[in-house]
Amino acid sequence: MILDMVSALGRWTREYVVNVGFATRTFFALLGASPRILRRPRLVTGQIHFIGNYSLTIIAVSGLFVGFVLGLQGYYTLNKYGSEQALGLLVALSLTRELGPVVTALLFAGRAGTSLTAEIGLMKAGEQLAAMEMMAVNPLERVIAPRFWAGVIAMPLLAAIFSAVGIFGGYLVGVKLIGVDEGAFWSQMQAGVDVWKDIANGVIKSVVFGFAVTFIALYQGNEAQPTPEGVSRATTRTVVIASLTVLWLDFLLTALMFN
Amino acid sequence: MQRKSLDLWVGMFVLLGAASLFFLAMKAGNMSSLSFGATYPVITKFDNIGGLKQRAPVKSAGVVVGRVGGISFDDKTFQAVVTLNLDSGYKFPKDTSAKILTSGLLGEQYIGLEPGGDTNNLVAGDRIKMTQSAVVLENLISQFLYSKAAEGKDGDKQ
Repeated sequence: MILDMVSALGRWTREYVVNVGFATRTFFALLGASPRILRRPRLVTGQIHFIGNYSLTIIAVSGLFVGFVLGLQGYYTLNKYGSEQALGLLVALSLTRELGPVVTALLFAGRAGTSLTAEIGLMKAGEQLAAMEMMAVNPLERVIAPRFWAGVIAMPLLAAIFSAVGIFGGYLVGVKLIGVDEGAFWSQMQAGVDVWKDIANGVIKSVVFGFAVTFIALYQGNEAQPTPEGVSRATTRTVVIASLTVLWLDFLLTALMFN
Repeated sequence: MQRKSLDLWVGMFVLLGAASLFFLAMKAGNMSSLSFGATYPVITKFDNIGGLKQRAPVKSAGVVVGRVGGISFDDKTFQAVVTLNLDSGYKFPKDTSAKILTSGLLGEQYIGLEPGGDTNNLVAGDRIKMTQSAVVLENLISQFLYSKAAEGKDGDKQ
């Protein structure tokens, strides 16, 4: 009984290590295959269109509503201390440092990550990837690398759009609806938000998330069991693993950047 | 044709992202207050700088004329050495005095310059001799309490 449990733990550990090793190997193979996409940049632009442009609506609308809520809740708390002028600072700092990169990455995992996993998984199930290899086309170069770099490029842009729209949402609620002084809203924000410490670090975060989420989605698709059930499991795993990875990476990066 | 329109949409997406970053840097951040114009350094010494920070504004008559460049401690005189980077466009007399002031009741601290009457102007590397330290709230309160106590004693005597 106890021996069974110990051996189950051992099997789990071994599988985990094998998985990490396999993912690392795939990651480096992917990086190795990447320079080839410079020869056919249109593959990447097509994927940016699919990943970036189509995610734009959900990112912009979420950003707007997150900004609205930050404006309302921030005003409620700050008003207790009579410092509602700092509302602009609160909205801008929370968006550029945390909410922009993190919420964008979570939405991105749900909106674009799942479709990448399902697409690659079905390509594999339909043996399209195997057929490519038969024709001496490396699927890593032709299919995976363009999607990967498209995700890495699109993520920081989407996060910046999220933050900018969110600040605008906070402005609409704080200044136009509640009536915080407009000059104080912007000047406190400009006095408190540092371009390098806050905005650039937020961009770095979103680039890291772009690497993580896109790679997890593509890896799960590539490793999916070539059955309908396998693809559905892989899609679920993409969302779960990508979201958790984003959250702990965010904690790690925040601890490194803002201590 | 189809390829063209796809490129157009991708280009617009990238432009939108870049515009958002630009908006964040200029409107939300302090990029617009980063001055790339020429400045000249002037050194001041304060007994106490309170909560003054690097890049705090230097104002004269309420107008920003420069930024605090660096803050260090001099262990010979036990004073804070503050370097002010003043805009080259603005000249101040040699007997200008510097004060550490606070904007609003709880706002950030800045340096106020009050021009004197000297005919020579400050040049790079000069030192402003007349300075007034930051007001520390605890000192202010204790001074007030002591003076109140002293008053009370005087009252008893009479």
